Amino acid sequence: MLTAFPHAMPLQGLIGGLMIGVAAALMLLGLGRIAGVSGLAARATGIADSGAPRAMAAAFVIGLPLGALLLSALIGGVETRFPPSVIPLLVGGLLVGYGTRLGSGCTSGHGVCGMSRLSPRSLVATAIFMASGFVTVALMRAGGLL
Amino acid sequence: MKQLLVALFAGALFGAGLAFSGMADPARVQGFLDLFGPWDPTLAFVMGGAMIPMALAWLVQRRIDRPFADAHFSLPGTSLIDRKLVIGAVLFGTGWGISGLCPGPGLADLAINPLPALAFVIALLAGMIVHRVTS
Repeated sequence: MLTAFPHAMPLQGLIGGLMIGVAAALMLLGLGRIAGVSGLAARATGIADSGAPRAMAAAFVIGLPLGALLLSALIGGVETRFPPSVIPLLVGGLLVGYGTRLGSGCTSGHGVCGMSRLSPRSLVATAIFMASGFVTVALMRAGGLL
Repeated sequence: MKQLLVALFAGALFGAGLAFSGMADPARVQGFLDLFGPWDPTLAFVMGGAMIPMALAWLVQRRIDRPFADAHFSLPGTSLIDRKLVIGAVLFGTGWGISGLCPGPGLADLAINPLPALAFVIALLAGMIVHRVTS
């Protein structure tokens, strides 16, 4: 625990991050593809016509909740504090869905895979969506929504 | 078949990593984005942890001709920085801040907290469909 940030989970964060990184490395070195969740989800549902073979994308997407469920069972539960209202989930989901398709990626594709590749395109995208997230939450806090 | 198993295993390991790291918890992600509140740096540790194996993987990728379970690499370009990339990232970041969720945790949470996760995922897919039919 970091003294200055009592809620932080640095060790779990680092270990979980390593697991995510190994998973993404497996997609890259095993299947030759970026582990970009927005792109794979669009491909698995048929919303996108190009990209990974549909069955491969679907296998990855189905793996996400399966792995989370297994891990949760293994460690006796995982905390998921969702917004109390459905409105931010719907508005947020629409913006995330539209924005990740327009910008060709999300936290996994641009953030994890693109940044570690030192891709200028992904570095710019990640800097922008991080900044946009910071501003959005700051505005929510200023408006009394947090 | 081998490819599907690799993808399924990678997805499961990715989902397990999200759950273990605290990134399946929307309030924790929002806590990272909340610079003027009780800031929670956990997400930075997750990103840092994920960078290590991936940076090594890119070094290996440059030295091999083909991936071990497929015929060739299918990788996107790295240089195009256009209006779509910028506007897309702004909109994505806004939705990420509002909900505390991005696509990976939203899908992973379907198995842990199904009802609110389903609301997010339905809206996520709707947003993707809106993009498809308008572009």
